Amino acid sequence: MKVTLSWLREFAPDIDGDPVELGEILSALGLAVEEMEIIGDIVDGVVLAKVLDLRPHPDADKIQLVDVDSGDGKPLQVCCGAFNMAVGDLIPFATIGTTMPNGMEIAQREMRGQTSNGMCCSGAEIGFGDDHDGILILNDRVVDGAAIGAPLGEALGVQADVLWDLEVNANRPDAMSVAGVARDLAAALGVPFSFPSYDPPRSDESAADLLDVEIADPSLCGRFVATVLRNVTVGTSPAWIQNRLTQLGMRPINSIVDISNYVMLELGQPNHTFDLATIPNGRLRVRRAGEGETLTTLDGVERTLTAIDGVIADDSDQVVSLAGVMGGASTEISESTTDVLLEMAWWDPPSISRTVKRLNLPSEASTRFRRGADWGDNIDRAMQRFIQLATEQGAVAVTGQIDVAGTVPDRAPVRVRPTKVNGLLGTDLTAADMAGHLVSIGFDATEVDGDLDVIVPTWRWDAATETDIAEEVARMYGYANIVRTVPKGEAAGGLSEYQQARRLVREVLLGAGCDETLPMPFLAPGDLRSAGLPEDGVTLTNPLVHEESVLRTSLLPGQLKAIAYNQSHRSADVAFFEIDHVYLPSPEGQLLPDEREFLAVALAGEEAPAAVAVLDLLERALALPNVQLKPATPPGLHATRTAEVIIAGRTRGYVGEVDPTVLENYGVDGRVAWLELDLGEVLNGPHGSRKYTPISKYPSSDIDLAFEVSDSVAAGQVATSLRKGGGKLLQDVELFDVYRGAGLPEGTRSLAYRLRFQAPDHTLTDAEVAEARQSCIDTVAKQQKATLRG
Amino acid sequence: MALMISELEQTAAEATARLADVADLDALAALDAEFLGKKSALTTAKKQLGGLDPDERKAAGQAVNEIRKRVEAEIADARARLTATARAQQLEAERLDLTELRNDIRRGSMHLVTQSRDRLEDVFVGMGFTVAEGPEVETAWYNFEALNIPEWHPARGSFDTIFVNLGEPEEVMLRSHTSPVQIRTMENTEPPIYIVAPGRTFRTDTADATHLPAFNQIEGLVIDRGITMGDLAGTIDEFVRAFFGGEVKTRLRPSYFPFTEPSAEFDISRPDGSWLELGGCGMVHPNVLRNCGIDPEEWQGFAFGFGIDRLAVMRYQLDDIRELVNNDVRFLRQF
Repeated sequence: MKVTLSWLREFAPDIDGDPVELGEILSALGLAVEEMEIIGDIVDGVVLAKVLDLRPHPDADKIQLVDVDSGDGKPLQVCCGAFNMAVGDLIPFATIGTTMPNGMEIAQREMRGQTSNGMCCSGAEIGFGDDHDGILILNDRVVDGAAIGAPLGEALGVQADVLWDLEVNANRPDAMSVAGVARDLAAALGVPFSFPSYDPPRSDESAADLLDVEIADPSLCGRFVATVLRNVTVGTSPAWIQNRLTQLGMRPINSIVDISNYVMLELGQPNHTFDLATIPNGRLRVRRAGEGETLTTLDGVERTLTAIDGVIADDSDQVVSLAGVMGGASTEISESTTDVLLEMAWWDPPSISRTVKRLNLPSEASTRFRRGADWGDNIDRAMQRFIQLATEQGAVAVTGQIDVAGTVPDRAPVRVRPTKVNGLLGTDLTAADMAGHLVSIGFDATEVDGDLDVIVPTWRWDAATETDIAEEVARMYGYANIVRTVPKGEAAGGLSEYQQARRLVREVLLGAGCDETLPMPFLAPGDLRSAGLPEDGVTLTNPLVHEESVLRTSLLPGQLKAIAYNQSHRSADVAFFEIDHVYLPSPEGQLLPDEREFLAVALAGEEAPAAVAVLDLLERALALPNVQLKPATPPGLHATRTAEVIIAGRTRGYVGEVDPTVLENYGVDGRVAWLELDLGEVLNGPHGSRKYTPISKYPSSDIDLAFEVSDSVAAGQVATSLRKGGGKLLQDVELFDVYRGAGLPEGTRSLAYRLRFQAPDHTLTDAEVAEARQSCIDTVAKQQKATLRG
Repeated sequence: MALMISELEQTAAEATARLADVADLDALAALDAEFLGKKSALTTAKKQLGGLDPDERKAAGQAVNEIRKRVEAEIADARARLTATARAQQLEAERLDLTELRNDIRRGSMHLVTQSRDRLEDVFVGMGFTVAEGPEVETAWYNFEALNIPEWHPARGSFDTIFVNLGEPEEVMLRSHTSPVQIRTMENTEPPIYIVAPGRTFRTDTADATHLPAFNQIEGLVIDRGITMGDLAGTIDEFVRAFFGGEVKTRLRPSYFPFTEPSAEFDISRPDGSWLELGGCGMVHPNVLRNCGIDPEEWQGFAFGFGIDRLAVMRYQLDDIRELVNNDVRFLRQF
């Protein structure tokens, strides 16, 4: 919402001060200043000029030659790049020597052999509105009697003014008007605020004889007021109205639309005008639409309505307007309109909101209705103001108005406990202090037994509870005056065990040289298929871009994209990790997806053992119990270089390499070693348990054993068998050599292990070591069909 | 005997001459044996002393010993010299260019967002908060309704929600704030509650230099007896001083959120005295407490929230927020 200082002063003439300081006060009231600007301060040298002649430039297409009269009646040639002028138009003209607001100095110039003696200006160039398109045509904008050559400010009747662009929150319908902002600011400054009284002349005709309005659905419309204006001519508005609309960011349209917008901006009351000739018998009926009813709105679009939409229908029950949202085309004011039915109403905010959202039809009017307009005196005031402005332009208003009531919000007094308010705010205000703050912005507050009975004004639809009122007290008392304290609670802060373990995982992976990545969780359709994964990701119904419309079920696609991106930027062998959410399909009977926190490690240019080594680090760092690898062929991963990661008997993920076909699909060069774990399950499962075993004082014995093992048997399985065979005396198993080739049958390899035996309480005898050794050999032979090599 | 002594002096002179040329420790060992060993002239002469008469023996013994000590000292000098030379040669032979191996072990880089998030968590943990987390895909109840944002409310539009193909239309969505975690915590925990909820949130913002459709926020929630708006302002002030430094000031400005009342925006001061809007906050709305089964007459509380990514952008003056999701190692490894 934009407001100007001069307009605010029409309601509170004593508002004064440094514009920046006033802006600070507005911000402290919750009306945050997004921008402040000094306007109407048109630079010296810009004058009102008249276009005398237009002709092509002999040597240029993009500019034309313009003769203007800049005050002396003589043609002055200018070269101009805009083509929206006609002979006779009045325009802003910067004379030679003028310094423009952007610092440019206007001088006599040669342009392709033609002299230019000044500059024709757009609105934006002279700081008058935001319009950059073409030269500002001022034919209907100048004040009466303005002379050609007059300083432009004088010709337009504008003076230097302050413009604030305010951010108005959704709970402040009142501040969507100049008057409402003035009320708040006046209260904060402690200066008087009042509405001017409008008392336009009325004819002998009576509104009651001309109009007949029925509210069929009182839940939709709280109040409906209407009257008639005759002798209306649809022309251009006086310069001062056009100037104010322009200043507040609205484009002048015609005299009736301009008054409508002016009244809305000034008093916050949206209003609607019908061509009375199109309303048979002056009858209107407010109701909900029937399913499938249609209306062509004044933007020319035929709308199909539903039972949630509020409408205004005519005598034959034809819908003529979408209540509070947009008028109908058939009853719109036109050049030939002479009689106008003027309507102002209060619409139920949720009803308006639903229709606006359903039809995606936001507007200045509906924005005010959605936040809750004023159903009280302000409607009568706005009617008077509209009629006053219209009659000043020759219209004739009939006497009185139709005023039909529906259901309006309850405004019974709200009981406010000062102790509760102080307890909420941390203040020490008396009931009288609070009442004073509330009364200053139009609330009514009466002390009753130490409490306050507060009547909330009709312009504050949103404020209806004790807490709402506490907020108003805080706002007017000033948030800055609230003494700062800290909670007296004795809660001990901390990270959960899970969160600490997750940080440890991150540290381990950083130490392993992996960079942490955080891709967005969106995938393109087909990304999962390209990764060999089922296409069962949750899809977005309103994605911004097609490429980001599926939620990932695995971290694999995102990691491969990141690797491909880096490879295409000449960073080949990246090592990445990621800890983030995946969204698995919803389990039966559950609405939300099965959201889990996964860990992925992707090592470009590395083979599977590198990923196993990372898993090994994690195993030790987290003290994961009983980690087993079992060859597996999950989708997306290398069929012969991947293993299931089994922790304490449960599958928690996969380690190995990415399937070469998948790498090809993603344009990744070389191999990618891969580890993906369901980190949530891992960290919520057993881990971190470490027990102390006293170090044996007795010597240990090392024995080396090499087995001929089929390629189908994993080395990990052999080690498991060795541990089983070695029993309690076996302290350590280390695979120290793998050999394939001469001397070994096809499809087998030699695995050599170093076993360390030790007892806690005595020196092992040769016989004990021999027995344990034999048990190892036997167990491996039996369980893994592997033979000891000679 | 005088003859023997003079022969020994000759031998010593020879030793001196040959020690001057000795090439290595092995040659020195040979010289050692030759001049001081069992069969050396000096050892032999010492053995022969016994055959002399007592007067002569004393003078001769002293002379032999003196010569032997001199030779021993010269050999020890030579050994020290040769040892030092040998060690120096060894060291020279082992010379390495240590800059050749610099990048062999490289620690990875923690993502900037994680760094910011961890720092924030640590500050709040120090202030007595725990860290709560929750799902990113949420129902309308948790994302809106429980937060006092009914279906028709204009504020819903301002969240620019991304919906997913689950349930009824607009029933399931990507959370537009981490406030659903507050609701879930209040539903499942008896007050007092002191939590922060960091995490990813979503809006239909087209990615550009200053926007991402998926970004990170942190929210705080305190529910306890007698919590006031003064506590809110004080907590924000304490956090800002801990995180940004003691000289940074804070201020609260009235604002509006359906889930808090009174509501405020909070700003922090810049070195030049201007203010930067950091986030939103307010006293938890009684309707929100009631929706979570908490009696607003007994418990009060406050909530606040702000962007995590933005802090990283501010701290390192990133000119394009998309770098946070591009995962370009040339970016990642800068931090």
